[in-house]
Amino acid sequence: MAAALKPGQGPLDYGSRLWMKVLFILVSIFLYAPIISLIVFSFNVDKTGVWHGFTFQNYIKAWNNDSIFNALANSLSIAFISTIFSTIFGAMIALTLWRFKFPFKAGFEGFLAIPIVVPEICMGVALALFYNQTGMMLAVRDWLWPFNLINIIIAHIAFSFPFVAVVVRSRLIGFNRQLEEASKDLGATEFQTFMNVIVPFMMPSLIAGALLAFTLSLDDFVITFFSSGPGSVTFPVKIYSMVKNSITPQINAASTVLIVITLIATVIAMKLQTPSKSGH
Amino acid sequence: MSEPIVSVQNVTRRYPGGIIAVDNVSIDIEKNEFFALLGPSGCGKTTLLRMISGLDTPTEGQIFIGGEDMALTPPNLRPTNMVFQSYAVFPHMTVAQNVAYGLKVTGVAADETKRRTMEALEMVKLEHLAERKPDQMSGGQRQRVALARALVKRPKVLLLDEPLSALDAKLRDGMRLELTRLQETVGITFIIVTHDQDEALSMASRIAVMNQGNVQQIATPAELYEQPRNKFVADFIGKVNLIETKVLKQKGKIASCEAKGIGKLDVGTDKTCGDSATIAIRPEKLKISTVEPKGTGLVKTKATIRDVAYYGDTSHIVAEVAGGLDLHINVQNNTRTGGAGVDRNQKVWVHFDPKDALLLTE
Repeated sequence: MAAALKPGQGPLDYGSRLWMKVLFILVSIFLYAPIISLIVFSFNVDKTGVWHGFTFQNYIKAWNNDSIFNALANSLSIAFISTIFSTIFGAMIALTLWRFKFPFKAGFEGFLAIPIVVPEICMGVALALFYNQTGMMLAVRDWLWPFNLINIIIAHIAFSFPFVAVVVRSRLIGFNRQLEEASKDLGATEFQTFMNVIVPFMMPSLIAGALLAFTLSLDDFVITFFSSGPGSVTFPVKIYSMVKNSITPQINAASTVLIVITLIATVIAMKLQTPSKSGH
Repeated sequence: MSEPIVSVQNVTRRYPGGIIAVDNVSIDIEKNEFFALLGPSGCGKTTLLRMISGLDTPTEGQIFIGGEDMALTPPNLRPTNMVFQSYAVFPHMTVAQNVAYGLKVTGVAADETKRRTMEALEMVKLEHLAERKPDQMSGGQRQRVALARALVKRPKVLLLDEPLSALDAKLRDGMRLELTRLQETVGITFIIVTHDQDEALSMASRIAVMNQGNVQQIATPAELYEQPRNKFVADFIGKVNLIETKVLKQKGKIASCEAKGIGKLDVGTDKTCGDSATIAIRPEKLKISTVEPKGTGLVKTKATIRDVAYYGDTSHIVAEVAGGLDLHINVQNNTRTGGAGVDRNQKVWVHFDPKDALLLTE
């Protein structure tokens, strides 16, 4: 039975009910307390889990730790390169699906979703087998940076471009085809129309898709773990190997940096994803 | 007559699935005309307009603009510009950028682009909003942007696809006047597509009435109203009473008829009629009187008033004559008192001059 309404309370005003508030606080604690404590203890003087005073030392140490720094540099360059390619591929596929009719289009669309739904572990194992069988796993080992990371980059492009395609496609659905016709009618060529009308319309979704691909690449562990050969370590993989020994405040510091980067990218992506009023 | 600016010759547009949107249409449009394509939705008028602009291509037939065959000319190279139904104003550009777009992409010099853009904006009275973005503008203002953007290209022909349908009634009246004035100032041929007969009648110098992919009649507004070629045109333009009629005999241009519910009458016609035809007579050409009307040559019949609808300036009356036939009659409410002067169920006489009736054979 529904609870009786108090004066000034709407039927959907759940926020003002006590049990709802309690639930909200509990959920927040379970979700965010670990993250907050991770950040807080990155500023701790002591290695133990007890607070002994505020310091930036852990950040400086992490920065000066070559293996952590290299892992972070690897992660950022992999994320950067794979984002560029997955944004281009994703946008191209979105445009193809929006623009053209071709046989087996529905099948192609379903196929596109596979990297999104396949469990990461399966994709990771599949890539590891592929790289081993073809000899790519070891072949790239001594290549010049960043080509020694090419296996991981290819893997990251493979799982992140469908996300870009989905984001761009949903934006294109709202495109008024008369804008394209108007552009051609006013004297623009096909290419001018694409650059002046369609790309500006796609732009928010391109940026949002790129940031999504960037964050996915940056914090991916499973697929990276399987597709990285000896010598190419990314940041999440490095942290994993350090945690196996002991948790040091340096890990806290490095993780905090990663959280901040991801958070900023996600906020920008979400801002750009909110539908704009214009364009119809 | 000089060479037509737009010549549509035997154009057919077939879509996959056997739908024929435009069926063997031929229209010649003269220079500086304000030409309207009028018809119910789905009659093929927009398809025809799009084929003139190049955004659609005919399955058969040819389209000439300024004497040149347009078959192989893409829309960006045609001397036509279009005002779209949704206006299609580029949302990410300012008003000035929108208007300048067509000049920029075709490589017009920067200073000339700027000058012509300002001229076009002045023409539609938007110069004070040049730096606005379209989402901060009203529908009427966006429409003006679309107009300026098309006119700045100085096309030979301006195509307008239902330009007033998205505006509210009051704006529409103002815009109607403005469009006709603009057409006279710039001296460009306008082709407008509309489903609204008032719009076509009040703006166009000539109208092509279309139905189911075919042109029914091409004529001036007055001709269309007073001399419709067939039942469809008579019915689509304004209100009309269509009365089934037997043709008893025809002597030259006079046909002796026996109309259902009205009786015998002679109607002038320049066509050769068969045994049956339809008499068309406009509601405002029928008259009502309470006593038997006198005068020679009048057609008169007894009737019963079934309905009186008061519209302020006019009253629309439905009167039933013999045989259950309903006649629609419009009377002017010329005095402040009295209104139509008749009541429901009153017995009256309905009469008209047979010269005001028209005999339709198709």
